[in-house]
Amino acid sequence: MSGPPVIRVSGIRKTYGKTVAVDDVSFEVPGGQIFGLIGPNGAGKTTTMECVEGLRRPDRGQIEVFGLDPIKDAHALQRRLGVQLQEAHLQKRIKVWEAIDLWASLFDASVDTDAMLDQLGLSEKRNAWFMTLSGGQKQRLFIALALINDPELVFLDELTTGLDPQARHTIWDLVRDIPNRGKTVFLTTHLMEEAERLCDHVAIIDHGRIIDHDTPAGLVARHCPERSVIVSTTHPDAAAQFDALSSVDTVTTVQDQLTLRGHGNNLVTETIHCLSEHGMRVTAFRTEEPTLEDVFLTLTGRSVRE
Amino acid sequence: MPTLASLRNLAKLTWLEIKIFAREPMGLIGSVAIPVGIFVVLGRTVGSRLGDMTSGVASQLRVGLPVFAAIFIAINTVLSLIAIIAIYREGGILKRLRATPLSPITILVAHVLVKLVFTAITVTVMVLAGRRYYPAGADVPLVSFTLALLLSTWSILSLGFIIASLVRTARFAPPLGSLILYSMLPFCGLFRPIDDFPAGLQMVSRALPLTPAVSLLSGIWQGNSWSAHLDDVAALVAVFAVCTLIASRVFRWE
Repeated sequence: MSGPPVIRVSGIRKTYGKTVAVDDVSFEVPGGQIFGLIGPNGAGKTTTMECVEGLRRPDRGQIEVFGLDPIKDAHALQRRLGVQLQEAHLQKRIKVWEAIDLWASLFDASVDTDAMLDQLGLSEKRNAWFMTLSGGQKQRLFIALALINDPELVFLDELTTGLDPQARHTIWDLVRDIPNRGKTVFLTTHLMEEAERLCDHVAIIDHGRIIDHDTPAGLVARHCPERSVIVSTTHPDAAAQFDALSSVDTVTTVQDQLTLRGHGNNLVTETIHCLSEHGMRVTAFRTEEPTLEDVFLTLTGRSVRE
Repeated sequence: MPTLASLRNLAKLTWLEIKIFAREPMGLIGSVAIPVGIFVVLGRTVGSRLGDMTSGVASQLRVGLPVFAAIFIAINTVLSLIAIIAIYREGGILKRLRATPLSPITILVAHVLVKLVFTAITVTVMVLAGRRYYPAGADVPLVSFTLALLLSTWSILSLGFIIASLVRTARFAPPLGSLILYSMLPFCGLFRPIDDFPAGLQMVSRALPLTPAVSLLSGIWQGNSWSAHLDDVAALVAVFAVCTLIASRVFRWE
């Protein structure tokens, strides 16, 4: 962890009527990293993030951003934060350059608008109305607006929801680049793949509570240590030989395909060693690593998409 | 220098919103072309016959029609504000703008200014276009009449903010606004003097925000001085104060 935490959230709770959106949520976001608050839709991600942004006041609990109170010190924080909101839009007929120009002027930022448009691949859309942009272009514009005041901390809420895979990859490249400029990113996503590819650190939230937090690799190692190797071979002794390996727990055979489940870092090495030792002819070989998706399934008993 | 910066932001946002509104064909047609069109058509129909009528009816039409058109412009303006606020809220635009250094007041005042600019344009076009049908209106106090309409519209816009707060979806905001505003029309002294109403109804009439607007507009159109209408001006300011107070409590940004 590098330096003191940029965000410190302790014991916040937020209710809307009888619905408890966020309950006793605590976490810290270290500086210079990409931190992800991940969980299914309705888990309380956006509410938590909007409390940290100072857009909502938690019913209970403490939030510090750069050691300041997001609501009381909103004015002092404004220039240090960049915000992209979920499901927010701009005026239908505002032009791309007008939005950038307005934001630059609001933040007193002297921005090279053309360079920024160029970097985000929006140069051709300079004079286009917001309503005519594609989903990916809109999100790229929102990233531009969030970065316009050269903030130290950037909030990105469900940035790639609803985008096609290609647009999503473009956005990921842009986001991955943000910490290189010394900034901290706090993002929410319900896409576990996105969290795995982008985040240095994640906190999993479900039903308004944080159920665990760590690096993506750390969470996987702790909750889903089992690995699988899938081998296709016609060798008659294969199942018995694999079963004898110390790191293999179970072997299941479906026609010529054998699935070896086990744990530990030696599973793959032992399997390969066994194959060559017995001179087995292999027509297919792949390994399966557990993902954050599996971690979520293990922790909550259901898939994140349900 | 927070005030100077916020004034600059206000000017910037207002100008931007004017440009954005002017790009929307339906908005321009609804708020400028239709009121002017109705006025010209009505003026043509009755204007040519004004000479044949008894002087009482003729003078009532000479005053009544422009005032009716002006009130129509004001209501149209307020409906347009209600629609915009509802659309901006539903689309998350208000929320997005609020998460910037813009103060909430600046965002709302910019919309009021945009509406007033288009009101001034519409009433000017209307009076100029209608001039030939109103021989008696050739020396209409255009500046005073425009100011009276701006004051009236400004006052009723504050009611618009309350209506915009009450409705949840952009689809129902304009119909509800029309219902509330147009149902005031028969009782605000536009077609019948309020003194002709039964006592109970008179009380209701005098409490309606449109009533002082009608009284002020007809007086100014007939050439009365502003000092003769201080009570109407005070009433419009009071409507604004009360509605703004309520709106500031009930206004919803998302």
